[in-house]
Amino acid sequence: MKPKNQRLVLLVAAIVAVIGAVLLAMSGLRDRASFFYAPGDVAQKGLPLDRAVRIGGMVRPGSIVRHADGVTIDFVVTDDTPNVINVTYRGITPDLFREGSGVIAEGRFQPDGRFIATEILAKHDENYVPPVMRQARGQHETDTLR
Amino acid sequence: MIAEGGLAALWLAAAMSLLQLYLGAAAARASAEAIDLRPVCVVAVAQGTLAAIAFGLLILCFLRTDLSVALVAANSHSAKPWLYKFAGAWGNHEGSMLLWVTVMAVAGAAVALFERRLATRTLSATLAAQAAIGLGFYGFLLFASNPFNRLNPAPVEGNGLNPLLQDPGLAFHPPTLYFGYVGISIAFSFAVGALLTRDVGPVFARAMRPWVLAAWIFLTIGITAGSYWAYYELGWGGWWFWDPVENASLMPWLAATALLHSVTVLATRDGLRAWTIMLAVVAFSMSMIGTFLVRSGILTSVHAFAVDPRRGAFILGLLVIYIGGALTLYALRVSTVKEGSRFDLFSREGALVVNNLLLSVILGVVFVGTLYPLITEALGAKISVGPPYFNQAAGPVALLLAAIMGMGPLMRWRRDSVRALLNRYAVPILISAASLLLAVLFAPDAGVLPLVGLALAPGVAAASVAPMWKRNLRRTPLFTWGMVIAHLGVAVSLGGMAASTAFNKETLTALRPGQTTHVGPFEVRFESVAPVAGPNWTAMEARLTARRNGTGAPVALAPQSRMFSAPPTPTTEASIRTFIDGQLYTNVGESDEMGRWQIRLWWKPMVTLIWLGGALIAFGGVLSLLGRVLRERKAAGGRARAPGADAIPAGGEALA
Repeated sequence: MKPKNQRLVLLVAAIVAVIGAVLLAMSGLRDRASFFYAPGDVAQKGLPLDRAVRIGGMVRPGSIVRHADGVTIDFVVTDDTPNVINVTYRGITPDLFREGSGVIAEGRFQPDGRFIATEILAKHDENYVPPVMRQARGQHETDTLR
Repeated sequence: MIAEGGLAALWLAAAMSLLQLYLGAAAARASAEAIDLRPVCVVAVAQGTLAAIAFGLLILCFLRTDLSVALVAANSHSAKPWLYKFAGAWGNHEGSMLLWVTVMAVAGAAVALFERRLATRTLSATLAAQAAIGLGFYGFLLFASNPFNRLNPAPVEGNGLNPLLQDPGLAFHPPTLYFGYVGISIAFSFAVGALLTRDVGPVFARAMRPWVLAAWIFLTIGITAGSYWAYYELGWGGWWFWDPVENASLMPWLAATALLHSVTVLATRDGLRAWTIMLAVVAFSMSMIGTFLVRSGILTSVHAFAVDPRRGAFILGLLVIYIGGALTLYALRVSTVKEGSRFDLFSREGALVVNNLLLSVILGVVFVGTLYPLITEALGAKISVGPPYFNQAAGPVALLLAAIMGMGPLMRWRRDSVRALLNRYAVPILISAASLLLAVLFAPDAGVLPLVGLALAPGVAAASVAPMWKRNLRRTPLFTWGMVIAHLGVAVSLGGMAASTAFNKETLTALRPGQTTHVGPFEVRFESVAPVAGPNWTAMEARLTARRNGTGAPVALAPQSRMFSAPPTPTTEASIRTFIDGQLYTNVGESDEMGRWQIRLWWKPMVTLIWLGGALIAFGGVLSLLGRVLRERKAAGGRARAPGADAIPAGGEALA
């Protein structure tokens, strides 16, 4: 192979690799990125049944109910809208999960609207509010103002 | 006074880097005979020393808990154990940026002190480039994140350190990672220097290789340690979360790994010149993008300390200047880089090109997945990209890469034949086929990726050690040992990941003291709970006894649910016991009104192999580095013993 051809082959290979990576990434993102839903979003956009999503909001005080097995809990997530999401989670909750504080959960909605969480995301300190939560709140504030 | 001393040292170091930039640039432009490298080297060493002094003084402020320093008051506490006072110096935004700059300056000083192979003009251009990067980050420290700001009046007590960071792992994980992360800046400066002086060739590659190797070793150790830290400290039982911050360290590693292999092609076969330079630029760009992600405050994680948006803008500005500048220089100069020697595509060079391309694909996938949520968030849609995406998109490519990694060292340089390779590769292929059969038999529903991993790992391990077959092991050079061990480490790590995923057993239950449960081959009895206390925390400790198959020797486990006093934060302390074939991992949760405690147990077979593999990879790197440096030393010694050997003019050499 001539040096010039070789450079061309390498260049083409590099471009193919980059395009391949981008295509691979885009197709993966289309299928597997999970979207964020606050209770108000569910009412607006309908239930996303086809994929895993994240939900976020506040744990309604007094809503945590423990099942008989000792490791499954139900709780209700609220936001500034009248809508709520009923959540079921099996597992040990993160250290800072409690009634009246913010929560983000990952999982799937059931056709009846119940959210089965596979993971409750840990927060890092008492004062921490997830950025999505801050935004979610901000958005709903503007919604009500309008 | 200590804080003022530190600030003065920092300003002086910044001034030195300006001087270094000037002297280096002047020397690079001077004619070959007139170059005097001594001033720029002296300044580089002075800059490194001053930065190290500034950092040392910051550590001293933390050790003495000098609360009149704002940073200490915000992040430390007088009741903290001394190790965490020490490590707390870099467990915050300003301190970690100072560590960043210090590593950068020290690495520059090391180049000035030890680099003797590189052409003097290229070396001075390299030192100038290193100073130029340093200057920007000194500016960032001094104007946007001064670690030595005073508080007046001084508070009575400090805020304390995030309890998650109060762990011996923290004392070593960030500095190690930074040495790798920022050490890559050397490769970047070398590339810029070589582009400026149009000096890209095997000599340049041989000079750059040890520096890349050293940074890569630190990066490997840092990532491995970080993975283990997350595994035992975060208490979720996972070893890689595809957290943006983890990705920020993985991306430079991927680029540095590619660079390490392409620089070998350049050094031994004089090929892939332009590509190697590009990779050096990309590798450090990834380090800076990682710094931006972690330090700008746009991500929320245990690593993200900054909340000031100006800081993000400042780092983003630096990023654009340095990466944009390097890419522009590359575009202007790459046509003057002559193409290296030719090779057949089916050859070891070809395999290394494929290695580079696959690493680049993985890098691209991780890069897109990490930045995509940030971009969509800016556009108004909240999206999270997690393990499902990364595993599915990057996993298959990584497995393909592992298979080719086993093949590469068995191939000949320049040209090889498929039949000869198949001959050499027969045993590994058979081993892989056999382990695939076993894996399908014993873990039929483990999922595709773990199954393929289980099948590949033993075959790749065999292929990795195959280059040693029928070789005189005593006469095998150290760097060949290094390659073999590092590749073996990849196979070991892959085996650990696949086995722990495929055979993972989990039990989640609520128990009263005295009750028994099972996980994997273990029978676990919940004995009791007891309150315990540490220097700055109190905890409820669950005491459990595990017996293998219900009859083995009792193994005690004591997971805790801790409450730290300053800042008041609850944490979960997992209890982990290591066996020859895996780890038993337990957590304790809350108790309920019936006196039951939530207990979570995992049996993770072969999970330790993941980090053992990482350690092997790093150890292979160390051997390889030693081998290269010793060979250089020997060659240099040989030249010194026979003076005049160097002085023979080109014609004389041809006559001899």
